[in-house]
Amino acid sequence: MDMAKKIAVTTTLNGEESIFLCEPRQTLLEALRDNLGLIGSKEGCGNGNCGACNVLLDGVLVNSCLVLAPEVEGRDVVTIEGIAQDGELHPLQQKFLEHASLQCGICTPGFIVSAKALLDDNPAPSEHDVRLWLAGNLCRCTGYDKIVRAVLDVAEGDS
Amino acid sequence: MASTKQNGTANLAANGQNGYRVIGTRPVRPDGVDKVTGRAVYAADVQMTGLLHGHVLRSPHAHARIRSIDTSKAEALPGVRAVVTAADLPVAEDKIEDLGEGAINLKYLSDNILAHEKALYHGHAVAGVAAINPHIAEEAAALIEVDYEPLPPVMTVDDALADDAPILLETLRTDSMGEIGSEQTNLASFFRHQRGDLEAGFTDADLVVDRTFRTETVHQGYIEPHAATALYSADGQITIWTSTQGSFAVRDQVCEILQIPVSRLKVVPTEIGGGFGGKINVYVEPVAVLLSQKAGHEPVKIVMSRADVLAATGPTSGSNIRVKIGVDSNGKISAALAELYYEAGAYPGSPVGAAANVSLAPYAIDNLQVDGYDIIVNRPRSAAYRAPGGTNVAFAVESVVDELAEKLGMDPAEFRILNGARENDRRPDGVQYARIGQIETVEAIKESEHYQSPLEGNYRGRGIASGYWNNWGGQSSATAVLNPDGTVNLNEASTDIGGTRASIAMQLAEAMDIDYEQVKARVVDTDTVSYNDVTGGSRTTFATGLAAYNLGQQLKKEMKRRLAEHWDVEPSGVSYEDGVFSAGGESLPFVEAADLVQEEEPLMASSTVHPQDFGPGFSTQCVDVEVDPETGKITILRYTIAQDVGKAIHPSYVEGQMQGGVAQGIGWAINEEYIYDDEGHLLNASLLDYRMPTALDLPMIETIMVEVPHPAHPYGVRGVGEVNIVPPAGAVANAVYQATGVRMDKLPISPANLLEAMWAKQAEGAAELVPGDD
Repeated sequence: MDMAKKIAVTTTLNGEESIFLCEPRQTLLEALRDNLGLIGSKEGCGNGNCGACNVLLDGVLVNSCLVLAPEVEGRDVVTIEGIAQDGELHPLQQKFLEHASLQCGICTPGFIVSAKALLDDNPAPSEHDVRLWLAGNLCRCTGYDKIVRAVLDVAEGDS
Repeated sequence: MASTKQNGTANLAANGQNGYRVIGTRPVRPDGVDKVTGRAVYAADVQMTGLLHGHVLRSPHAHARIRSIDTSKAEALPGVRAVVTAADLPVAEDKIEDLGEGAINLKYLSDNILAHEKALYHGHAVAGVAAINPHIAEEAAALIEVDYEPLPPVMTVDDALADDAPILLETLRTDSMGEIGSEQTNLASFFRHQRGDLEAGFTDADLVVDRTFRTETVHQGYIEPHAATALYSADGQITIWTSTQGSFAVRDQVCEILQIPVSRLKVVPTEIGGGFGGKINVYVEPVAVLLSQKAGHEPVKIVMSRADVLAATGPTSGSNIRVKIGVDSNGKISAALAELYYEAGAYPGSPVGAAANVSLAPYAIDNLQVDGYDIIVNRPRSAAYRAPGGTNVAFAVESVVDELAEKLGMDPAEFRILNGARENDRRPDGVQYARIGQIETVEAIKESEHYQSPLEGNYRGRGIASGYWNNWGGQSSATAVLNPDGTVNLNEASTDIGGTRASIAMQLAEAMDIDYEQVKARVVDTDTVSYNDVTGGSRTTFATGLAAYNLGQQLKKEMKRRLAEHWDVEPSGVSYEDGVFSAGGESLPFVEAADLVQEEEPLMASSTVHPQDFGPGFSTQCVDVEVDPETGKITILRYTIAQDVGKAIHPSYVEGQMQGGVAQGIGWAINEEYIYDDEGHLLNASLLDYRMPTALDLPMIETIMVEVPHPAHPYGVRGVGEVNIVPPAGAVANAVYQATGVRMDKLPISPANLLEAMWAKQAEGAAELVPGDD
């Protein structure tokens, strides 16, 4: 296969049907950022260790740097750009701001997508649940304290 | 002194009890919404018409002579637009300049961008390629043929100082207190601080502890890899978009390396995804400029991979350290000696100078000597990392202090209070302290619920440690524009890594007695304001905050002058209180005044500052650990940090600095290290194998903000960014001793290292047992 010959991929992206061209060797992360202009997903490591590129694929949390772009054909992708709804910040986004849960902010999109996946599955997690779930996301600035508090605050607000 | 303890839930409301309108509140940062929605533009997010993508080829050898480079096959690959090597760089002068945070030899700076005669570490940049997409650029780089003559690698202090050590830099001579040696060497410099009578001090001692320690190379670990985009325009003007702690530091370094006047280069700072000292040196920026020039003035973006970041940027020094401290029968320190051997990486410039200042700084000592050695090895050129050099030496000193306190039968907090540095005491290099808060941080820990609570259970232990960081003032420039609707645009050039747009805007708002929401702070490029030093040395909220304070005073003064004209009174007759200007029977709220005073002429202000009198920071920390005796794994059960913050402008971001520094310190203490094979190849250049703490590895980090106001700042601000990383390794080591009876003499206290030490101790204990006795 010519890895540079582009193919068309049809997917549901942040709730809307989307068709994009990509090279077979491109990762989903690369396609999102370079082909679709969705820069909110970040590359921190490129091999699935930092979580800065996390997106939801059919509702399941994945590292978009470990998914090839053609794999999302016919599937549902939600990125950080699809978390706020109808112009309103998601409660996680609001609580991250209120708790000062970000310093540099590069890991923040990945954390918010990951935390959403957790709360979608488990609306009332314990502190340990949150820490275990978020262990796939690296933050070097905060020591995680204010991130964990923000997620717990959202969970408490919901329950 | 006041202290504020985080009580488990963030206090989101204004505290309103400190006499300030804005300071001490916790507003949302101006860049917040963009960062939680994914809109914020970081260095790798820059897009523009005609963008080419660069890739850097790196040395597979730790130490090798470069005989020749053949780029013809790469240049012939379709889609490739330019290839550059060190031959494209101007010949750099062998002279030293200060271009950021410390002095740099320009030849070494240039050599680190693209290797000239020799590759000096695994990952050293050798050539750059620009192509129409990153995949082609990477393919092309693999087609470049480099003829290397591998040389034996020099990886450690001991390797470098051995009699027959291979020489890395042929022209290097030891600078020994200003005296330049005549022999080839890997020892770049030596210095000594001394006072009192060391020998007499040790003779007078009733108890002396003398230990040696080893710490490994660690990386700053920012999550955003280095990235830069350069456009060398056809008219000779150059623009660089990059993620940096100092846009002016980038400008000055690139201009020196490429030998162009500063007026031809504009640096536009993007959002920055962490730095911690590691985003002051330039790496890919000059390569992108050269490629853009050669590729027909098209923009070129280079984004480093994580492996490249670990192999070729950062890190901070590994070190060998000896600490010897004597005490009298009352527990007073009578003499102290520290010998610091720091690995600078491939070029001189380890943080050993700063480490010497940190070393014994928390203690009042009459007789001391501190020796520093800056040593080059075949590792990446070291960069600043949060309180550079401090964590290494504090691990050593605080371990010895803990052992002394134990042997004296003293509480370790009491020992630190008895011997603690106070106002008018002196740092190891002789600098005399103004009002400092070391004793207050020890007392805060000693009185904390954490320290007072019992710790029970096998293999559990508690440790404390203290630390110092000098902080910095530096130069800052800012302007403020008064808008007719009563808001103020604040333009400043200090990179905002952790909320400084908020903490600087808050000081302007406070100075003008207006709401935080009325100030719009933004970080501008190098053409927009005057020179501004890096965000480093914990200086930004202090120094750029001082500039913002001055702007507020200037705007208020000019508003009063214009209102006085309008009301036909003397300017001194106009008062401003609670957001209202008044004189005689006239009065006008700020917002209306902002419109009125600009009916005839617009109003803006500028401020430049270079404060010399910056207050140092101290921190004392307490940690509880549990050690798994089967695996050697350390669990951090509980952690409390007390830090003298001067005055917390935005308490949430101050706590954030404290918690973040502690987390990095814990990683340094228990896991992080560069692992090399015998040939000097870096074996763990990924975030799987370079193991930084995750959320699961840490507990909540309890913060006690001790506020001993800094006398030379209008609001008492001290830098808060760095001192927090100094004590953790010592505190953890002391807790591990309590848990296991093993005093660790090296970092990291990784499972393997700790198990080995525990087994050695068991073997020692078994050997001492009487046969048959169990």
